[in-house]
Amino acid sequence: MKLVTAVIKPHKWEDVREALETFGVTGMTVSEVSGYGRQKGHTEVYRGAEYDIALVPKIRIEIVVDDGDAEDVVGIVVKTAQTGRIGDGKVWISPIETVVRVRTGDRDEAAL
Amino acid sequence: MDGYYAFMLVATALVLMMTVPALALFYGGMTRSKSVLNMMMMSYVAFAIVALVFVLWGWSEGWGGDGVGNSNGKLIANPFTMFGLDGVSWGSYIGVLFQLTFAAITVALISGAIADRVKLSSWIVFVPIWVTLCYFPVAHNVWAGGWLASHWVAQDYAGGTVVHINAGVAGGVLALIIGKRIGFGKEPMRPHNLTLTMIGAGLLWFGWYGFNVGSIVFVAGDGAQKDTAQFMTETGVTFMNTTIATCAAMLGWLLMERILHGKATSLGAASGIVAGLVAITPSCGAVSLVGAIAIGAIAGAACAAAVGLKFKFGLDDSLDVVGVHLVGGLIGTLLIGFLSTSSAPGGIDGLFYGGGFSSLGHQTIAALFTIVWTGVLTTVIALLIKVTIGWRVKDEQEVEGIDFAQHGESAYDLHVGLGGGGSSATSVLAKSTVTEGVNA
Repeated sequence: MKLVTAVIKPHKWEDVREALETFGVTGMTVSEVSGYGRQKGHTEVYRGAEYDIALVPKIRIEIVVDDGDAEDVVGIVVKTAQTGRIGDGKVWISPIETVVRVRTGDRDEAAL
Repeated sequence: MDGYYAFMLVATALVLMMTVPALALFYGGMTRSKSVLNMMMMSYVAFAIVALVFVLWGWSEGWGGDGVGNSNGKLIANPFTMFGLDGVSWGSYIGVLFQLTFAAITVALISGAIADRVKLSSWIVFVPIWVTLCYFPVAHNVWAGGWLASHWVAQDYAGGTVVHINAGVAGGVLALIIGKRIGFGKEPMRPHNLTLTMIGAGLLWFGWYGFNVGSIVFVAGDGAQKDTAQFMTETGVTFMNTTIATCAAMLGWLLMERILHGKATSLGAASGIVAGLVAITPSCGAVSLVGAIAIGAIAGAACAAAVGLKFKFGLDDSLDVVGVHLVGGLIGTLLIGFLSTSSAPGGIDGLFYGGGFSSLGHQTIAALFTIVWTGVLTTVIALLIKVTIGWRVKDEQEVEGIDFAQHGESAYDLHVGLGGGGSSATSVLAKSTVTEGVNA
């Protein structure tokens, strides 16, 4: 099993969710996060004082999938979340040892 | 005149609302979320203290004393002659209360210059001393027949010198003596809730009709019929001037910041409203419609440019009391010298209406008197507090947040992300543990 983590622009979240659902992803964990990459933050001006706001709001999506689905899921996120402008985000895959469904005690593939 | 009396009841309550809660909201929204309660408390506490001081000796020191009525021609009146409103009839209480609300908001205005860093106890010590040494004497000199008014009669309809230049000078002096906030000029200190600031600015505007329009003074000895005519003419002019100057100032501020910084902001609109109201405060009874629009537009644009200067001087006048109230107050007070017209209730022609330099001279003298008097005495008070009880909370308390350090409270039960970017979703993980019964 793999954990796919995607950090994307907030306004792309609905598109990505729909695409993933169409593909057959049954569940995910989503959080509102702050951060920055090469794009850095932005500046805001209050009464003439310019402030560098380092952290930019993003959406983080975490999905645990079968090994065979991981690349497809990454492909869907990249395709849907892409605007071509700086700040589109990142997707990465990490290995997962074990998954347990809390309600039943099912393990691994059966728990997905 | 019964209608006038009913009107003054309303006007007085409106001016009360300007401090509690309008100014507290306006300032509170501009601070960081860790210090909003302390900022609001400075206004609330200031009102409570000034109210008590005012009825004890403030009215006597400003408007009474010496047993010769108002006009004693001296720098102050005797604070003890009418101590505790001794000899003031109940029917005159509303007049006392109206002035009381002005004294309260003037002190509350100062608090914006020293946001986030001052011990509540030091503020509580400062407030009664400052109104006693700075507010009541200046009010006595400008409005109540004191020394200044007996030599040079300046026009100050509702408090350009007494309220705004006064508070602006005091705020600047305190910011200088108390010092910068930790991280000033380096860390972002952006306003945490501009919706509060927008509401506060709107309520200030509303309350300002009590402030300006309520400041009508009747010509002594006129009959009821003449009073009614004066009342309708004068309130019409002051209400109209207050409105259009404020609109011009809001647009002036937005235009200036669009030129300087590229965007018209909501904070700019709120600030422009206040700058315009400040500038039209002394002049609302002195100018024509054109004059009011000019004063508002100039004040809005000039204050928008002035608020950026504090970073050049390294002065942490946190919420721009100098940039808005001193600058706006000076613009309103001095422009009377140019734009005053005898067709307005003030009845004096300024430079542009063929009245020569005499009005401008008197306005300048009144402004200078206020700056020097309050500048010197505020410096003395601030230094005395600095070397005795001290002004500031401990460094770590200031960084962690003055709300908890001074009041044991937090303004919001929100799980706010890392402070920079913006996750504001409420999280079950962030819920604090509540011991049942303790807070019941």
